[in-house]
Amino acid sequence: MSDLSVANSTLTKAFDVETIRRDFPILTQEINGKPLAYLDNGASAQKPVAVLDAMDRYYREMHSNVHRGAHTLGDRATAAFEGAREVVRGFLNAPSTREIIWTRGTTEAINLVANGLAPRLQAGDEILLSHMEHHANIVPWQMLAERTGAKVVPIQVTPEGELDLDSFNSLLNDRTRILAITHVSNVLGTVNPIAPLIEQAKKRGVITLIDGAQAVPHFKPDVQALGCDFYVFSAHKLFGPTGIGVLYGRAELLEEMPPYQGGGEMIERVSFERTTWNVLPYKFEAGTPAIAEAVGLAAAISYLDQLDRSAMEAAENALLARANALVATVPGMEVLGTAKHKVPVLSFKIAGLHPSDIGTLLDQQGIAIRTGHHCAMPLMDFYGVPGTARASFAFYNTLDEVEKLFTGLQKIQRLFT
Amino acid sequence: MTASKQQFLDNPLGTKTTLEDVVDAFEFLDEWEDRYAYIIDLGKQLPAFPDDERVEENYVHGCQSQVWLIHHHDEDSGKLFLLIDSDAIIVRGLAAIILVALNGKPPRDLLAIDIDELFEQLDLFRHISPTRGNGLRAMVGKIRDIAAAEAAA
Repeated sequence: MSDLSVANSTLTKAFDVETIRRDFPILTQEINGKPLAYLDNGASAQKPVAVLDAMDRYYREMHSNVHRGAHTLGDRATAAFEGAREVVRGFLNAPSTREIIWTRGTTEAINLVANGLAPRLQAGDEILLSHMEHHANIVPWQMLAERTGAKVVPIQVTPEGELDLDSFNSLLNDRTRILAITHVSNVLGTVNPIAPLIEQAKKRGVITLIDGAQAVPHFKPDVQALGCDFYVFSAHKLFGPTGIGVLYGRAELLEEMPPYQGGGEMIERVSFERTTWNVLPYKFEAGTPAIAEAVGLAAAISYLDQLDRSAMEAAENALLARANALVATVPGMEVLGTAKHKVPVLSFKIAGLHPSDIGTLLDQQGIAIRTGHHCAMPLMDFYGVPGTARASFAFYNTLDEVEKLFTGLQKIQRLFT
Repeated sequence: MTASKQQFLDNPLGTKTTLEDVVDAFEFLDEWEDRYAYIIDLGKQLPAFPDDERVEENYVHGCQSQVWLIHHHDEDSGKLFLLIDSDAIIVRGLAAIILVALNGKPPRDLLAIDIDELFEQLDLFRHISPTRGNGLRAMVGKIRDIAAAEAAA
């Protein structure tokens, strides 16, 4: 056997889905007497043993507060915590760990930026978003607009669920100060062409924030190649723990922004006459951070790093292709979002059925999906639906589970007719 | 047009279709398909809901789907009659079960009913997600509020 074939067989083995599923203990259980098919990864992804073990080991062997103790455990905790920051920096290809801020999640990261950019805004300034944003990338900007007299302006979406680039071009103007846009739509799965949008925004000196919450579970963003000012995501959708997320920000802007919360850790010196801020990234990390969660997130990224990325993407594309091919087997089923470039997400409606009917009856069959407005009411209004049913796949899902989804939907339809 | 007295009185749920009927039927239905087919059929017994009653005042908050609820306290019999509607088919069925238990009773009698016990007896919650359970509780909560107000009036 040549070296090459050995390498290839290792890679293939590294992406055998049945082997991979053994890394995710939660997937082996039964729900309502049926094997679980977890197709709600867009809401939150499951965790590999590597993450569970890393967090368990942290608490058993290393836990102490960080950046404080004059003792060995304090050093261990700090090393694990700052090591995690370095892992995240590598994941995003950010220039420096000074630019990696821990937050509670995507939502807090966007709120932090919106708050920090307030001094730059004046009445009449415009904040450009898109019609397909999650509420977390709408409401903080509306609150900022309320405070400053700025205006939130949405870029239109095409019926296929792609960004309307003509709309973008006509809305980007001299009053635009901020472009805040999602990398991947949580409802439609559309991968937005953010690089050219960022480039055009930069030419006008517009600050750019990319909501990467739905992108990072499927591919690695490169913040330097993208050239965005801010990139945000949550750990729990990236197969890591809940309660922690990441804000990447360009140091120059982070330096300029005021702190978000006051407290311990974020200060250099406190007196009743004058308090001064700590350096980056600590200026934005008031209070004791989510240390074990940072360690867990780093373990999730390291776990993903040892998988074959291109095989993983191919497997995900195969899941989506199979799902698309089966849509015709369910009469009255209509997919929302048929963009050319999509991650494996299938939002749909079935004529005559409410999304909650679909969700309930799939759950009876052990199939977990999300139903409702997906925290994207403006997009629901655009499509004229109260909500959709959404199956969102991860690399650990199987073609068999896709088939089960459609068999389940056919069964539901029989029940209603 | 608003709901007429007759529409309330014609509601078969809790009058023609009794709680015993539902409990008996559930005992024989082991498979989830059969249980849900039965729940869906019960929902079809809900009388038509007047369009102009689909207003905020009659809206039941806390459900994933849209749910409306109106009532009529009959002076002659002293009984409280209810109508419920939803845009989700299973919710209509669950609303029908609630009506079978609570519709057409004097408010004080209604307030004495332990609906959780009924749900347990039907083994409903085991098959219903917590979010939907919240919706059921929201409906029952609103009915109990109405009954309490009518009993005090």
